[in-house]
Amino acid sequence: MQINDLINHTSEWLKGTGPNSDVVISSRIRLARNLTKLPFPHWASKAQLNEVMDKASQAMLKIEPLKKSTLFMLANLDSIDKQFLVERHLMSIEHTQKTEQKAVLVNDEENIAVMINEEDHLRMQLMQSGFNLFEAWNIINGIDDALAKLLDYAYLPDFGYLTACPTNTGTGMRGSVMLHLPALVMSRQIERVLAAIAKLSFTTRGLYGEGTQASGNFFQISNQVSLGHSENEIIENLNSLIRQIIEQETQTREIMISKSKDVLEDRINRSLGILKSARIITSQETIELLSMVRLGSDLGMIKDIDRLTINELFIITQPAHLQKLQNKKLSSPERDLARAELIRKKLNLL
Amino acid sequence: MLCDICGKNPATVHLTEIIDDQMNELHLCEECARTKSAAMEQQFGLSDLLAGMVDFQKPSAKEEELVNIKCSSCGLSYADFKKIGRLGCGECYDVFRKYLAPLLKRIHGSNQHVGKSPLKIKTTVTRVTKKKIDLAELKEQLQKAIQKEAFEEAARLRDQIKEIESKKGKEG
Repeated sequence: MQINDLINHTSEWLKGTGPNSDVVISSRIRLARNLTKLPFPHWASKAQLNEVMDKASQAMLKIEPLKKSTLFMLANLDSIDKQFLVERHLMSIEHTQKTEQKAVLVNDEENIAVMINEEDHLRMQLMQSGFNLFEAWNIINGIDDALAKLLDYAYLPDFGYLTACPTNTGTGMRGSVMLHLPALVMSRQIERVLAAIAKLSFTTRGLYGEGTQASGNFFQISNQVSLGHSENEIIENLNSLIRQIIEQETQTREIMISKSKDVLEDRINRSLGILKSARIITSQETIELLSMVRLGSDLGMIKDIDRLTINELFIITQPAHLQKLQNKKLSSPERDLARAELIRKKLNLL
Repeated sequence: MLCDICGKNPATVHLTEIIDDQMNELHLCEECARTKSAAMEQQFGLSDLLAGMVDFQKPSAKEEELVNIKCSSCGLSYADFKKIGRLGCGECYDVFRKYLAPLLKRIHGSNQHVGKSPLKIKTTVTRVTKKKIDLAELKEQLQKAIQKEAFEEAARLRDQIKEIESKKGKEG
């Protein structure tokens, strides 16, 4: 697989299917693992990083679920390619910096991605469409078991899996769920919800993970604690928290329909109108408007546009995706023009 | 000139942002500038916070001693950990165990792992065994590091060599 093959592929998590996919975009489980006897990436020499790369990539390509996958060496990618992988949630923004001896392995289905030599030697993630944390855990757990037979992980019985940062020690696991909560935002209840989440030791982040702000109506919620609870307990807790948030969002949507259907319908259709006719549009505005259109589609107010089309628009209108589609570098104003044109084409063809 | 963000108040703060070799000029009103700078402050990293948590411990005489302890496997000192908020390798957890256990408890509310363990349950981090580190090999690496002008790596290797030589001296 070449990096350019990805552009014509729909990521598994974007399919808009799976349980509760009207509110939940995707579920993700990430495991942090390190090899024993080798320093963590930030403290390792080039030779040691190369050793990690060799051992990890050889082991991964041997196990069944990763046989059909591609290893992208980051040093060989240009800045657009790197950003492209970030936009597809295959790797972190941090992984685009100081790229020597760094890589990301992506399977053909594009639901599994393993970063090599990011903050830890291995950061493996599984991403699913919809609300599906346990299924995600079962798959990544199987991969982890298979890898543990081939690699010696840094592990202590009392501290668990050892990671560069003590905030990940223990299970090394982070579960996160990407939620679309337009009704809670519009009804100004979101602050209350986010405050409650923080009190329960869960974190809220933006679309692109650590260090990004929650933008528009999208929120990524994940566990903070990784030590002292089993993986199942952590997922169980996150699961019940998410269930409650879904409930609140759904109820609020219903209240909005019963109390101010006209206002809501007006807002949703105006958003669609702008998307269908704008000539210049930023990615921020696109996300905000698409969020309303998605809500309209979920509520049955917009009938001719399905979730998959909307999800795809979210991603192909991102800066690096636009530039890869056009096959050239575009300045920010050029992108705003190209983005508006792409959206008009996609939506008016329907 | 009106503020680029809210478009309502007059712009009094002028910012130049460079993102991906794109230069952007921003003209903001005071209020929007404040919001923007608050967003920037969020970049304040986790390592700063962690370092702060370590500092909660009163620097007892023991702690003073600890600052100079180094992991014999990777050369990271406790002072390094306090500075960067990251451990150097798996064995650091064993070397700094006494001090990490309370820190982990503060972070996670527990310092006892109860999740899965690697299938071959063999403790991969053995208690500082450090059997045969080839002194000659280390010295060779040191020379190479100096030639490459990789001074941080060189310093680390130098300390490692010193440690082994002093141990040898005591034993012999």
